[in-house]
Amino acid sequence: MAEGWRFPKMRLLVLAAFSFLTILFLAALLAPILPLPDPTQISDAAIQPPSRLHWFGTDELGRDVFSGAIYGARVSLMVGISAAIAASCLGLIIGALSGYFGGLADLIFMRIAELFQILPTFLLAALVIAVSQPGLPQVIIVIAALSWPQPARLMRSEVMRLKGMDFVTLVRCLGVGEGRILLREVVPNALGPSLAIAPLIIGHAILVEVSLGYLGLTDVDVISWGRMLSTGQRFLLNGWWMSMFPGVAILLTTLAFNIIGDHIETVLDPRRASGRR
Amino acid sequence: MPSLGLGRYIAVRIAWAVFTVAGILFINFLVMRLVPGDPVLALVGEFPVPPDYIENMRRQLGLDQPIAVQLWLYLVGLAKGDLGFSFVNRLPVVDTIFSRASYTLLLMLPALVLASFIGVALSIVAAPRAGGAIDSAVSAISTFGYSVPIFWLGQVLVVIFVLNLGWLPAQGMTSLRAPRTGVGSILDIVWHMVLPVFCITIYYLAVIARVARASVMQALHQDFVLTARGKGLSRRYVLWRHVLPNAFLPVITVIGYSFGHSLTGAILVETVFSWPGLGQLFINSIASRDYPTLQGIFLMTSTLVVCVNLLTDVLYAFIDPRVRLGGAHG
Repeated sequence: MAEGWRFPKMRLLVLAAFSFLTILFLAALLAPILPLPDPTQISDAAIQPPSRLHWFGTDELGRDVFSGAIYGARVSLMVGISAAIAASCLGLIIGALSGYFGGLADLIFMRIAELFQILPTFLLAALVIAVSQPGLPQVIIVIAALSWPQPARLMRSEVMRLKGMDFVTLVRCLGVGEGRILLREVVPNALGPSLAIAPLIIGHAILVEVSLGYLGLTDVDVISWGRMLSTGQRFLLNGWWMSMFPGVAILLTTLAFNIIGDHIETVLDPRRASGRR
Repeated sequence: MPSLGLGRYIAVRIAWAVFTVAGILFINFLVMRLVPGDPVLALVGEFPVPPDYIENMRRQLGLDQPIAVQLWLYLVGLAKGDLGFSFVNRLPVVDTIFSRASYTLLLMLPALVLASFIGVALSIVAAPRAGGAIDSAVSAISTFGYSVPIFWLGQVLVVIFVLNLGWLPAQGMTSLRAPRTGVGSILDIVWHMVLPVFCITIYYLAVIARVARASVMQALHQDFVLTARGKGLSRRYVLWRHVLPNAFLPVITVIGYSFGHSLTGAILVETVFSWPGLGQLFINSIASRDYPTLQGIFLMTSTLVVCVNLLTDVLYAFIDPRVRLGGAHG
């Protein structure tokens, strides 16, 4: 069967994605103790093409682009993962309450979720950050506040499915309270499928952070991938490496998260992923 | 489920759209109250304005009054079409946005049409041989489109097609030496549209190809397809006459659903190509702290997104009898 030969290839891709992320994590984590030049160190060697000394070249102030890309990963991964954790927590709580108790609250929450999914939320994020201050906490909070609907919807449908099952009825017959049933019986069973999209949320959050940085809405003093692309834009003619390498780093990172996310989805629900009945 | 007539279906959708717009207005109202410090000073930005203007504005916004009154004044202003005044552009915000919006749509609409047709066409080719080479390519394009920072894709295209090959223009909408009128000027604009439209198409294709592939897959495995094949109809005929119309339906929904998403994409792409649309206005407004304009852009684009969603929902109902008869989607 066609699926047969695709499977090992898919696994190889996932393995590659996982390895890339592991290396990136380690590099980002250990950046201060790695033998890297200081990414903020200004030098005379401005706009130098990639060489043995500067693997990714240097920028307009003579700063090392390779070092910048590694330090940029620290920011993007931190923001992406923190925002995804916050969005998942918020989404899981709203989804669980909405799905279990239903009623008016469910209706309102799901309408809000729908609203958040159709609106150009990135513009809202940019607006909120522009009027407040462009700091890391603000960026994380705004991304989380706009990304909760997806986990909320998954959690809600899982909880709705589970709450009608026999074991829940059984526990209820034992006289256990509703809050306890939700927390001890339903939520633990619903968590897995709802958390499966976490890599996809991280990938998306990283893209949002990069885009905000590109528009100049992140901290000026912090080296980030978005800021590097924004600076590189002015030097495409004589310094293509200034935006090409950080861009490839972003692409590989989000690609890796998306590949892993897609894979988890396929493994958990092969029917939905392949569209078969 | 009781049957919903088409009229009632549309009424429900319109009510939902009104509720949504109300939500957007409320969010927009709240954003300015989030600003630490004096909202009037934030609205005016760092622009030097006469002090009596600030006094006047404070009174107009009702900042000395309870928040409910402020909300009311804000809504009354909007009802009169007043989105505020931009000191940076020395124009009412409404005028600035309207003058730019058509340029953004000029990029978005061709991308939308291209992505829809390419997405459905690719899925039709790919889906019957799931896991095959074409199918894998479609999945790869889709994953790539989801993962790539769209403005960086623009930069890559500029480096390749503009700086190295010299085939296409990189900046703005017109060339200085191009004719101002007639076919020549149109061709000149189209020439400038190629790269930005390509970027937005890739962005949109990612969403559409994924949905189209799933819906073609699903349609392929429906009983009526089996019946049609059983009647002796050819594979090709069944694909074009039975599967394709059914596969297009979810694509219509996804176009509405991801309109806001692609608007964001267009705005980011514009900044790469200095396209004189909303995106450029947005980034300039960020740089000059022109908050009334930023707010206006969010308000207008969100309202547009809601209208497009309403339109696709109604269109869907007209095309799919199951919806207006209160079937699966009612």
